[in-house]
Amino acid sequence: MQAVFFYLFASIMIASAGVVIFARNPVHSVLFLILAFCNGAGLFLLAGAEFLAMILIVVYVGAVAVLFLFVVMMLDVDFAELKQGFIKYLPVGVAVGIVVLAELGMVAIGWTSAPSAADAVANPIIPQMSNTAALGQILYTKYVIFFQASALVLLTAMIGAIVLTLHHKPNIKRQKIEEQNARTRENVIEIKKVPFRTGV
Amino acid sequence: MSDGWMSAISDFFIAYPLLLALVKSVLLAVALLIYVAYVILADRKIWAAVQLRRGPNVVGPWGLLQSFADFIKFALKEPVIPDVANKGIFLFAPFIMATLSIAAWAVIPVADGWAVGDINVGILYIFALSSLGVYGVIMGGWASNSKYPFLSALRSAAQMVSYEVSIGFVIITVLLCAGSLNLTDIVAAQDTPFGMAGWYWLRLFPMFVIFFVSALAETNRPPFDLVEAESELVAGFMIEYSATPYVLFMLAEYVAIVTMCALLTILFFGGWLPPIKIAPFTYVPGVIWFVLKVSFFFFFFAMVKAFVPRYRYDQLMRLGWKVFLPISLAMVIIVAAVLQFWPAGPAGV
Repeated sequence: MQAVFFYLFASIMIASAGVVIFARNPVHSVLFLILAFCNGAGLFLLAGAEFLAMILIVVYVGAVAVLFLFVVMMLDVDFAELKQGFIKYLPVGVAVGIVVLAELGMVAIGWTSAPSAADAVANPIIPQMSNTAALGQILYTKYVIFFQASALVLLTAMIGAIVLTLHHKPNIKRQKIEEQNARTRENVIEIKKVPFRTGV
Repeated sequence: MSDGWMSAISDFFIAYPLLLALVKSVLLAVALLIYVAYVILADRKIWAAVQLRRGPNVVGPWGLLQSFADFIKFALKEPVIPDVANKGIFLFAPFIMATLSIAAWAVIPVADGWAVGDINVGILYIFALSSLGVYGVIMGGWASNSKYPFLSALRSAAQMVSYEVSIGFVIITVLLCAGSLNLTDIVAAQDTPFGMAGWYWLRLFPMFVIFFVSALAETNRPPFDLVEAESELVAGFMIEYSATPYVLFMLAEYVAIVTMCALLTILFFGGWLPPIKIAPFTYVPGVIWFVLKVSFFFFFFAMVKAFVPRYRYDQLMRLGWKVFLPISLAMVIIVAAVLQFWPAGPAGV
């Protein structure tokens, strides 16, 4: 049963990853990327890592891919123009592809487990602990420095993105919510008695 | 005789657990869809009553069969697919939205032990599915290949992602108090001798309010229905949809609203627990309390629709990012700090 679902999720994942590359329409590419993420979450579930599976969906599918789709839908891509440079850039593309493939191959061949890993697998911390609690316990005690450091890196990236895109143009009228809320009837409305047949 | 039958049936389901899950799911889905049919009617009736109208009152006694008549009418009509639409995605969008919104009910415990799948990460599962709901809107809006649906899709993407952030922090405060991600455990953690006063709505009152308002925004309900603001975008992302695909969108929307009401019930209103722990209340089965509480919250959803004017889009974004996000972030820190130094909580429970 587990094996059937493993091969189901794995094959759909690889196939949809292929479609991400080969689809002509970028929106279809992103949608198949989402399918690949969902199947990845399925694989996590099969491995018993239900927390990681849900976080993968929430973070990557629910937030990151939405913004991806958002940007891709707004792009005004001319497909003919995209295809034009294909032959010209092919050698560079192939070279990058070969380098990445070689690196992946080296990782796959030179794969070793840390000596302490087998010991840890044989003796889980507390067998009946849910993996959410186990992850939390190890993340906030043993690896708390790394956890905080990665949070700091993300914060820096976020501030960088804001600084790069925030422009205060001088001649723009902005709404000041406080000012709007502070307006009262007394200081914005003036009631004038208009004398008959003479006007103001 | 009947005992023999009962044990035979239970033996059969123990032998085939998948079949049992299937039967449970079908029963839950049928009950949910019938409930949603009456929730739609209640929404229209409440709206009408606020405006001193009668509302639907022709089909069946007091209009009770109106939703079914509407459904049959939609199902029998011809679905019109625009010529320039991206047909595959156009038809897939309502389907995916309806599926996702109903799938969320797989983990919701309607009474003690009455959940189809009582999983350890129940709350994350619901959060994940509700964050996927935005895809139905984006795909439908984009695939229609028309200006208004597309604008609506962009609005909804920004709106739903924004309010998910504050919903996430509100859920974290509840999780901190309950100490579990399992929905059954979260309800069990609210089971105190004080009845209603022990539920989290009182202890986490600001979070309760923020969750209610964010739930309105997350489900695109008025006053945050900028996605289908009829004065600006005709009908938003649903303009090009008709017949059955439209019904699926409508169904998904109302199921999502009921899911949010159920989530309010579970996180803040003690799920299936009776409000007062004395004799006549404790005899009532848990599922009845659950349905009553969900209906109570739905009443407020309907009332808000009837008497709050629609927000402007910039006001919506300001509320989400500049008001709710800082408050909920501060509350997470406060709740965590209180629990650190006072593990039993202020009420001593």
